[in-house]
This record gives sequence, C-alpha cells and structure tokens, in this order.
Amino acid sequence: MRVMVLVKATAASEAGEMPSEALLEAMTAYNEELAAAGVMLGGEGLHPSAKGKRIVFEGASRTVVDGPFAETRELVAGFWLLEVRDMEEAVEWVRRCPNPMRERSEIEIRPVFEAGDFGDAMTPELKDREETLRSRLDD
Amino acid sequence: MDDARKAIESVFRIERVRLIGGLARRLRDLPLAEEFAQDALAAALVDWPRSGVPERPGAWLAAAARRRAIDHFRRREMWARRHAALAFEMPAAEDPVPALEARLDDEVGDESLALIFIACHPALTREARAALTLRLVAGLSVAEIARAFLLAEGAAARRITRAKAALAATGAAFEAPRGPDRAARIASVLEVLYLIFNEGYAPTSGAKPVRADLCAEALRLARALAHGCRAEPEVWGLLGLIELQGSRRNARATAEGLPIPLPEQDRARWDRLMIRRGLAALERARALGGEGGDYELQAAIAACHARASRPEAVDWAEIARLYDRLVEVRRSPVVALNRAVAWSMAEGPQEGLVHLRDIEAAGVLRGYAPLPAAIGDCLRRMGRPDLARPAFLQAARLSRNDAERAFLLRRADACVGSLPREGADDA
Repeated sequence: MRVMVLVKATAASEAGEMPSEALLEAMTAYNEELAAAGVMLGGEGLHPSAKGKRIVFEGASRTVVDGPFAETRELVAGFWLLEVRDMEEAVEWVRRCPNPMRERSEIEIRPVFEAGDFGDAMTPELKDREETLRSRLDD
Repeated sequence: MDDARKAIESVFRIERVRLIGGLARRLRDLPLAEEFAQDALAAALVDWPRSGVPERPGAWLAAAARRRAIDHFRRREMWARRHAALAFEMPAAEDPVPALEARLDDEVGDESLALIFIACHPALTREARAALTLRLVAGLSVAEIARAFLLAEGAAARRITRAKAALAATGAAFEAPRGPDRAARIASVLEVLYLIFNEGYAPTSGAKPVRADLCAEALRLARALAHGCRAEPEVWGLLGLIELQGSRRNARATAEGLPIPLPEQDRARWDRLMIRRGLAALERARALGGEGGDYELQAAIAACHARASRPEAVDWAEIARLYDRLVEVRRSPVVALNRAVAWSMAEGPQEGLVHLRDIEAAGVLRGYAPLPAAIGDCLRRMGRPDLARPAFLQAARLSRNDAERAFLLRRADACVGSLPREGADDA
C-alpha cells in the first residue's frame, strides 16, 4: 500500500527557521535508510505558507487568498510518499524519523487511493477522458 | 498487548535483514545467524511490552543477538575444553571467544545487500534461491512461501533447509561480491527477483491470476537493489521492467479473476506513478550504457505498451524489432514465441503464423499452452475460426492456471458461432 506521510508545520517552520546541519544530516541518513529498504517513492520539504496561495471554492466563485495561513498545526511542512506492506509498517518507519522540529510537532500518515477505490463514481467515459489526459501529461 | 506484539513485529520486519545479514557476515553461518536473530526477537517480545520499544530498536536487537552469540560460543568452547581434557589433549592456547567478540563488534557495509547476494548464490537452483530470498530477505513465513510456490508446507521447509545446507557446503563468503565475480552474482540476483515477480504476476498454476503480495515483494527488493547497486545498468533495467509490468496489475484480470489481454485492458487502471518510475529506470539503464541488455530490452518492450495512450497506438514494429534483438541475447523459445506474436501484430497474422509454425516444428515448446493459444489467435484473425477453435481447446487442455484455462475455453466457444471468412483481418 502507498501512504502519504505529512510533516505538520510548527510556529518555527512557519517563521522560516531552517533545519540545523545536524538535523539535515540525520534526515539524509533516514532517507537513505528508506531508499535502501525499497520503501521510499519520493518526498520533499515545503516552504512556509507565507510563500503559498489558496484558492477558495464556493459554488461558481473562486477567490485567491495569499499566505501565510492561520491554524499552523494543520499546515504541511513536508511530505514523503512511501510504499509499505501495511499501516503498522508505515507507523514504524515514521516512528524512527528524526524529530523534524525543535518544538513539539506531528507527522500524519494517510493511505493513498488506489485504482478501484473510486468504484462506480468513475464512469467508463470519465475514465477514458482521465486516461487521455494522463497519457498527454506523460508525453 | 496484541498491539504491542504487532508493533514489535513491524520493527522486526524492518530490522531483520540488517540483523541477520550482519550476524551471517560475522559468524559465517546462516542458520546460527537466524537462530540468534530469532532469540533477539523473543527477548524483545518479553522486554518491550514492559519497558516500551527502545529508542534505537535495531541497536537493541543487535546487542541482544550479540549477547546470545557470545553465550553460545562460550558454552561451546567450554565443551570443547572439557572434551580436549578428557582426550588428554592440551587445550588450544588461544581463546577464540575474544576474537569472535571483536568480529561481532566490527562495523560494516551494506548488510541487506549482502544478504540478497547470499540468498541468491549461483550454487543454488533458481527455485532454492527464490525460496531463500523470500524467507531471509523478505521475511515471509514458510507457510507463505509454500503458498507462493504451491508447495506443501513440509516441501517448502525442506527446500529452504536444503538450500541453506548447500550454501554452507560452498563455503561462500557472506559479503556482497566484488571484482570479476560481481557481474555473474548480480545476474543471479536479477533472475531470482524476476522469478518472484513473475510468480506473483503470471502464476504458472493455481487459481489466482495475480498474487499482489509477491509482486510487491519483488518490487521492493528491486527498488532496494537499485539503491544499493546504483551503477549497474541491468539492475535498473530489471527495476524498469518490474515497475512497467507491475503498473498493469490492477487491470490484468476481471473481478472473477479471468485474465484480460493487453489491448482490452482498462488503461485508466494502469498505475501512472509506476509507469513514470519504470520509464525513468529505463532511461537510467540506458544512461549507464545498458542499451541492449536482457532486462533493458524487456523493459523497452514494456515501455512501448506503457507509452501508448490506446491499443491502436502501440508501436508493434518497434516491439518486433526489440524482440529481434532480445532473442539474440536471451535464446529462449518463449522469447521466440513472443517475438512471433509481435510480428503478427506488426505485419499481420500470416507473418506471425509462419514464425509460430517454425517454433511448433522445432518441438521445444511442446506442452506449453501459450503456443497453441497464439496459433489460435492468428488463425482467428485470418478468418479461420474453424481452425482456431481446436488450437484454443488444445491450449486450454495444456494450461495449469485455472483463470487462463477459463479464458481459453471462452475463446474456443467464441469460434463456434462464426464462420470462416475470406481474406485476412489484422484487428
């Protein structure tokens, strides 16, 4: 199964505090370990939300809102995409992640949808269009 | 308690390869390494539910296994001394235990990689290598391995025990090979990973068309290997092949488990992430000078399908050319069969049938269901359902996979209603 591992933001990460050299080194070693186990599909760190934008959807209207955003602890500061056997394994891998922040922080694990999870909502016609689009994106 | 046990097992699953690999390399004894690793797990199952999972569980397990190893050798040493005294022999001047302790402490290179190379030692048969790899490196239980290869549990256990004994008899080094030996050893590993993948992807027999767990293990091992052997083009070729073929695993069978031929698959169910990863791995293999390698060519063929947005867009001429090269590298009758099918798609069923009849005449694939199935398919496309039907029936008789047999019987049935037509149909 694939999981998205979300590193939640903190006041410090939102303030643009960069990770220390020691943390970068520990993270590099951790990423090496993930890759050596054949588990890691990808991962990146994100800039603070001050550099981000949000598009708010309400019926037909679209409003663009500039960052930074409130509710700091719900913001994402980084992510990994992992392929693991089950949720327990994902939990164990995340447990051994170096603490990404100096203050209290959280990492969230969310399973990724797979083909078939959408069931009947995905009509053949929709699938066909999605497929055409995706194949164009891959070119 | 049950949660604690599950958590400990997840830790062990992550740590076991490094643990066993490290012990095996230092002790040069695989069964002992496994035994001490198992002892360390048993100790964790007692200790951790009380004291919590330690901060560095891997180091904890390694220390526990090390203590167990030293105990073992001290006892054995005492035995040997007593025995020597009884035989009026002078005990050896040197106490071997400290030397062993030093060896247990020595820090290492890549142990998980070393363990794959041990399990895939060329002295073992392919099947033994695959079973040992699944047991040692992927950590599958004997029961799971028995299921994977459709063996009775006892037979799977014997296969693994014999493999270990054969390995001990070779006196093989428990290290990732270097030097001139390396290429042959890598080829041996690649062959095993592809065997495991294929056993999951296209089981030779049994009821299920795809065993996702085996595919997933092969993929994980191939990804790990590519990380460890970054400069080896064929490792990337194999990874590309497995990613590209694996991308179709959710589209290959109906809900009832009947196989769906490539052109009829719902391409929306192909895994785009795996396709991108597969194409990237193929690029990497080529950049490293791997063009024309066995797995690189196979990956290139899989890529032709992955790149086509619809079945009609598949470049069959390119696939046929790739098969022409592959058949030179891998002189296998099965590759020759696939090449004939590719030419039938590129140049029409008559062209394919000429090649297929040659293979049939050579007699090497007698009893192999896909041969009459391919012949049946060419005859059907040539407008001869009357001749196609017996070929499909023959293929169904030969098939050992239930889902495939059902599929072939349906093809045979479809020939009944239609009459022979004039001319050829290249659809």
